[in-house]
Amino acid sequence: MPRTRWEPFAELWREMENFRREMDRLFERWGFEPYGWSELGLGYPAVNIWEDESNVYAEAELPGMNLDDLEIYVTGRNQLSIKGERKAPQPEKGQWLRQERPFGVFHRIITLPVDVDADKVEARLQNGVLTITMPKCAECRPKKIPVRAE
Amino acid sequence: MANIAKRQTRSDIATAEPVRTVNYSPRVDVLETADELVLYADLPGVRPEDLDIRFENGELTIHGKVAPRGPAEGFVLREYGVGDFYRTFTISEDIDADKITAELKQGVLVLHMPKREAVKPKRITVKAE
Repeated sequence: MPRTRWEPFAELWREMENFRREMDRLFERWGFEPYGWSELGLGYPAVNIWEDESNVYAEAELPGMNLDDLEIYVTGRNQLSIKGERKAPQPEKGQWLRQERPFGVFHRIITLPVDVDADKVEARLQNGVLTITMPKCAECRPKKIPVRAE
Repeated sequence: MANIAKRQTRSDIATAEPVRTVNYSPRVDVLETADELVLYADLPGVRPEDLDIRFENGELTIHGKVAPRGPAEGFVLREYGVGDFYRTFTISEDIDADKITAELKQGVLVLHMPKREAVKPKRITVKAE
């Protein structure tokens, strides 16, 4: 878990509380616990997930990283795993006046709302934003029921 | 007929309203060396053409415009919001504004702010007899 070296604590607590409430709501809806609370209860990177009829999309902000630094895979049909390391700049000279950006090794596992086709997962990293497109498995897609008019 | 036309016009006006007003404060690292200040800022989703950096009277302003991503609503999981990045800094060092250089790569801004000659520490050589 990358450490965040500077945090205004009031802000952090508010964020944590919001996040916890959000997660509680999700547990309620899906009836599962994705993973135990880590040190701060905040996973890195933060992830947004949404879906349409044919795909599930996951997005994370990973500025300064390359796809080669990341390991993304889906296991058990609905477990999305994002693994990587964000390396801190190592200046030869000078001193840090401010250090707010998080660095280090991270690993997040997220349970997806539906099963996906693990072989057809696509990841794209653009301007530091990672977008993962995961096609829903054929039988998970919503079926269109034809309505016949007499 | 006239009614329909009116309604369409009204809906056009509604969509033209500003969608987002939320600004996020980017996380930064600042390094000081003898010659310059180097600012690193995380600006994920900002393209170089959408980044506006200003330096005026010792105040540095960073404004990165971010195009909306994802659906307007209906997230399965939403852990962060997407919006513009905005932050101002007061720089007490005497910076040579004309020599400031900025580079944005993979959502990370590296801003070099060279110190003016006068404020650089001068080494005084001590001669031994």
